[in-house]
Amino acid sequence: MSTPRYQLLLVIFFGLNALADESPGLGEPVSANDLNALDVTVEPDGKGLPNGSGSAVEGAMVYQNHCFACHGKTGEDGINDRLTGGHGSLTTARPVKTLGSFWPYATTIFDYVRRAMPFQTPGTLSNDELYAVTAYLLFINDVIDEEQMMNAESLPAVSMPNRDNFVWDFIPRN
Amino acid sequence: MTKIDTQPAAGNGLLDRRVFLRAGFLGGAALLTAEASAVEREPWMTGPGVGMSESGAPSSHEAHLVRGPIGSRPGTTGAGSSRSPLQYLDGIITPSRLHFERHHSGIPNIDPAAHRLTIHGLVDRPLAFSVESLVRYPTVSRIQFLECSGNSGAALASEPTQGTCAQLHGLVAASEWGGVPLSILLDEAGIKPEGKWIVADGADAAMMSRSVPLEKVMDDAIVALYQNGERLRPSNGYPMRLFLPGWEGNACVKWLRTIKVLDQPAMTRDETSKYSDLQSDGVSKLFSFPMGVKSVITSPSPGLSMHGPGIYQISGIAWSGTSKIRRVEISADGGATWADAALDEHVLPKCLTRFRSAWNWNGGPATILSRATDEDGRVQPTRAVALEGRSRAAFYHYNGIQAWRVGADGEVSNVYA
Repeated sequence: MSTPRYQLLLVIFFGLNALADESPGLGEPVSANDLNALDVTVEPDGKGLPNGSGSAVEGAMVYQNHCFACHGKTGEDGINDRLTGGHGSLTTARPVKTLGSFWPYATTIFDYVRRAMPFQTPGTLSNDELYAVTAYLLFINDVIDEEQMMNAESLPAVSMPNRDNFVWDFIPRN
Repeated sequence: MTKIDTQPAAGNGLLDRRVFLRAGFLGGAALLTAEASAVEREPWMTGPGVGMSESGAPSSHEAHLVRGPIGSRPGTTGAGSSRSPLQYLDGIITPSRLHFERHHSGIPNIDPAAHRLTIHGLVDRPLAFSVESLVRYPTVSRIQFLECSGNSGAALASEPTQGTCAQLHGLVAASEWGGVPLSILLDEAGIKPEGKWIVADGADAAMMSRSVPLEKVMDDAIVALYQNGERLRPSNGYPMRLFLPGWEGNACVKWLRTIKVLDQPAMTRDETSKYSDLQSDGVSKLFSFPMGVKSVITSPSPGLSMHGPGIYQISGIAWSGTSKIRRVEISADGGATWADAALDEHVLPKCLTRFRSAWNWNGGPATILSRATDEDGRVQPTRAVALEGRSRAAFYHYNGIQAWRVGADGEVSNVYA
């Protein structure tokens, strides 16, 4: 008994095709605890923000201790990225893009500082310190008051001055 | 020796692109060399050379073949870039050691045995993948370019910046990238219907992160493990990076650590405050992902002098973030007339394409330009058109035509034409 040749070819053809698409299935399950430790993404609506709170009053000290050396006393006179000022400059010949003049979302400040700052020792600030220094950066940009507490509810509600001046270049297919 | 056909194809001495394809053009030189070498031994031929080695290195005479100026933010050594020395390279593959770099907090020293890629968020089953396990997945190869979207941003300066091709355009490179289609890993985790974007995080000290639409990810994104046949170099994301063919380099997150499926972009710092494009009316564009159609003449270029009148090869690279290069035109008279360049055999989608033209330089001042067209019919714009509507601070995603001025002394400089 022999299998007709064309049937054999069909089996080989579809067999190989299936192999190319098939996952070996080697992903390992991840525990909720492990996920919590990995997941640092903060979304613009506040999803992912941790517990904790702070205002610019405490944030001034965090800034002095950890940010001052690179970003200067006022946030606009440091050796690295300028953080304040530039209001009204975006349509001029010398646009100055700062947190206050440019950044569309206050949540991005928390997300970025938690990931990447202080530059030499990222990951060393507590959640309260992160909220406090975020509040301080918003305060020195005249976006919030000095006493205003930032936390998982209040931070996403902050209205950034340049928020409405962004459009998407990417058009989703659906 | 066959006589070279010096009938011009366009103004100021530009020859037909087929000149370089004729065998007779190069045959004469080879004969002369053979005659000379038969009668004596050069110093390096008088005894056996050095032995084999475990890892190769360029000739000691190629010491100039290094990554271009290295610049880092004040007070840091790893937040900046180094550039591919385009002016010294030929072909379409960038040697891995010369691939440009753009890091945000240095290069992490990752132990591959301890590294995991974790997929989570809007998925049925959060999963972690080791390097060892990913090597067992179906691997695909993509010979494609990677370009930092800040490449060529110097062209926004009101006066032309003087620098080498590496300094002006060296944030682009092409490699054979090998890896696992990310769609396979996401299917294994099971994407929930509301999932529309991913946010990818790196394992560097800045935890660099970018959001990418799921439709691109499922189309052709890979988790790259290999670069030009070997495991990724640390400066290119060892042990694994996200690679998004044709899309801006910043989104191709190196040292890939987590992928979270979201129903919206995360609006990270890099995608909002940095790699967005401010327009002159104050409105900024977010998520300008595919790199535009572009070309640059790499030789002659600043630093590579011309030595007297005669026939020279004009050579360069062209690329498009959405398709193949269909055509590259060259002008030797400042854009008044154009002739097609010859394209090397390997014309691949979303890859560097090498082009060449023959030029009979008369020794006088001349302005040479290249203009690329891709298979989608998009034509590389002039600088003036590329700058239309842009803020002077919008130096990302610039793809205007580059003009080089060749002086009567043979020196080449950057000009706006």
